[in-house]
Amino acid sequence: MSVSNKYETVVGLEVHVELHTNSKIFCGCSTAFGAPPNTHTCPVCLGHPGVLPVLNKQAVEYAMKAAMALNCTVADISKFDRKNYFYPDSPKAYQISQYDQPIGEHGWIDIEVNGETKRIGITRLHLEEDAGKLTHVDGGYASLVDFNRVGTPLVEIVSEPDIRTPEEAKAYLEKLRAIMLYCDVSDVKMEEGSLRCDANISLRPYGQEKFGTRAELKNMNSFRSVQRGLEYEQVRQAEILDGGGEVVQETRRYDDAVGKSFSMRGKEEAHDYRYFPDPDLVRLHISEEWKENVRASIPELPDARKARYQADYGLSSYDADVITASKKLADLFEESLAYTKDAKAVANWVMGDLLGYLNANNLELSDVKLTGQGLGEMIGLLEKGTINGKIAKTVFKAMLENGKLPGQIVEEQGLVQISDEGAILAIVDAVIERNPQSVEDFRAGKEKAIGFLVGQIMKETKGKANPALVNKMLLDRLS
Amino acid sequence: MSITLKDVEHVANLARLELSDAEKAQFTDQLNAILKYAEKLNELNTDEIEPTSHVLPITNVMRDDVRKESLPIEKVLLNAPDEEDGQIKVPAVLES
Repeated sequence: MSVSNKYETVVGLEVHVELHTNSKIFCGCSTAFGAPPNTHTCPVCLGHPGVLPVLNKQAVEYAMKAAMALNCTVADISKFDRKNYFYPDSPKAYQISQYDQPIGEHGWIDIEVNGETKRIGITRLHLEEDAGKLTHVDGGYASLVDFNRVGTPLVEIVSEPDIRTPEEAKAYLEKLRAIMLYCDVSDVKMEEGSLRCDANISLRPYGQEKFGTRAELKNMNSFRSVQRGLEYEQVRQAEILDGGGEVVQETRRYDDAVGKSFSMRGKEEAHDYRYFPDPDLVRLHISEEWKENVRASIPELPDARKARYQADYGLSSYDADVITASKKLADLFEESLAYTKDAKAVANWVMGDLLGYLNANNLELSDVKLTGQGLGEMIGLLEKGTINGKIAKTVFKAMLENGKLPGQIVEEQGLVQISDEGAILAIVDAVIERNPQSVEDFRAGKEKAIGFLVGQIMKETKGKANPALVNKMLLDRLS
Repeated sequence: MSITLKDVEHVANLARLELSDAEKAQFTDQLNAILKYAEKLNELNTDEIEPTSHVLPITNVMRDDVRKESLPIEKVLLNAPDEEDGQIKVPAVLES
């Protein structure tokens, strides 16, 4: 798909993040994912008459923490409002949300695309309750309703229309996800729905200040799907404009399987939510002292960590980005450095062998048993020459699987590198004797022949010979 | 401020209520009467009063993040018009 170069794309994202509290936002029901349908419900979250919601303090603090980490100003006074709509996923026929006094406003995050840093404004972050889950059955004529998710605390994070490309949208989401993970306020698993994203997208001719008519894109289930959905929508809207038509303001559902978006409904009528203050919930006063307590619980965030890794350990911007994208990965990196001083070696192992293994097997870091101590000590053994690079790969794989320390693995599997000159010399001589043709080839100027001889020696020693010594001795013998 | 027939039709539509012409006229009158009654409040001098969204002088009513037992599923489903596999079964509503 080619993108018309006549138009500038304008994107704003609305992201919903489920906060991982133990209990729901207004009642004591569990928020655990995957329970049998409707077993985590009570009169409050089912919206029975006469019940009173009581606000979960932890949800407020998570929302404050998230708002601060996104550089928002946290409100002194905040309140909850009812957003009225009829749909079977909402038992009360309204959602408790925040209208004009959100927890946080006027924030920003920095993203990096193609080596350039760009600041994306955050309009607001507010607290609200999640809705239930519908499964359509009977050929689409009936729906089954599971209310377990109703009342799970959410923050909705609304960006300014500062995003200009699908790539920037993806970078924004990745950064947002990393910050939420660092703050430990959410699991942010898109596949479990704990992070969800809607996108507003419009096109305008370059140079025009006024925004074009936007479409709202829904149902994007992965970061990649957001990027692809926006790419599709860019082309669709450009074609309409090129044909002299007008983009309709509407909600569109993106179907990643077919790579297209489909109209869901016009926006005008549907969006009359008649917000009003929820009379069941009293106002929230957020004191400076409370704010400071929450602020103190925010750890070093990805941008700060990245800058520190570049300054203190000499990592490249790219390497520092990859490592700090996940807090667990960055923690492992730092833990390793208590056992070795070679930060670049640690970075190489983390980015090459570790991430390679995780990606190839579709695993998360928490699925493998490698520890920072193990990785650091292994690099120490390499430095000391106890093991060589080839053995290290074996040790590393073992550490991923059993979490043992490298010293123990080396001992148990007899993997110590052979650096005894006498022992190596004996093998060198034996290999030379068995391969007269290769020796002759080498002496005749075929330098490649030596590779074959080295390979034979390594094979003989099951990869344990010190490669530098092997090379040196072989050359000594042959010259 | 007064309520027109059009307002009533709009709100009825949002509430998924089907009203006859007689009902629409009746509710228009009734809603206007209610608004007029509330207008009495405008007679009060509120110059010195801060606007508020809540009448009670209390703030920050919160609970700790502690789980409590949920309702047994049989009770949850007592009010369900129909059920299937522990879920409440309703006629499908097109995304609106």
